[in-house]
Amino acid sequence: MYKKGIAVGLGGFAGALLRYGISEWIPAVNGFPWGILIINWTGCLFLGWFLTAAGRQFQIPPHVTLAIGTGFVGAYTTFSTFAVDTVHLMQDGHMGKALLYIVSSVIVGLLLAFAGVRLGYLGAAKSKSEGKVV
Amino acid sequence: MVWWIGLGGICGSILRFLLGTWISLRSTSKFPYGTFVINISGSLILGCIAGLHEQREISSMLYALLGIGFCGAYTTFSTFGVETIRLLEQRLWNKAAAYVLCSVSISIAGAWLGMWLTIR
Repeated sequence: MYKKGIAVGLGGFAGALLRYGISEWIPAVNGFPWGILIINWTGCLFLGWFLTAAGRQFQIPPHVTLAIGTGFVGAYTTFSTFAVDTVHLMQDGHMGKALLYIVSSVIVGLLLAFAGVRLGYLGAAKSKSEGKVV
Repeated sequence: MVWWIGLGGICGSILRFLLGTWISLRSTSKFPYGTFVINISGSLILGCIAGLHEQREISSMLYALLGIGFCGAYTTFSTFGVETIRLLEQRLWNKAAAYVLCSVSISIAGAWLGMWLTIR
């Protein structure tokens, strides 16, 4: 269990720093948190693909899956900042922007997670038909 | 500053892993209670920390450690997204809808409560 914890922690370290870097690089525009939105979108797409492909297309060791999936992408994306930023938009009277932020985070995030999962299945089917085990 | 965020990220992600595993071992439901509890509790905690930070009751360094690092890494949006897709794949429409609506509404209410408790 402690080896799993180390794997998750290493990924979590990198994921939190990448989130901070991107959120500084893409600042909020008129209070609308573009940085976190793009972070959560890209994280959904990547995790959907990675968790699907990890078990089917690639023989990735469980500790690496934990480090990248649970640690890195889990820490890269965030739900708490999404919730707090939404409350900030509401408190500042931007109810429309708050609603847009919620809907775009959730709907586009889910669509991208779905697209990632489909990409994972496609890649697995392709490598199976070519008889490759990567 | 960056090291505080990284340290918080390590602690937050490990706690999410341990608590998530602990809850999923005790749950027989297909509803993802682990991530559900984690995202709601993390939003409440970040609400408190953000409220304290806005009132300058905690330093920017402590906010980097606990807010950006710990709470940011403890909660997760990507796992929430993929778990919802897994529920939809199994045609558990009601569980998927309940998971999305309750995660979003209760987390936002939790963040608001956290700020309300700390901002005077």
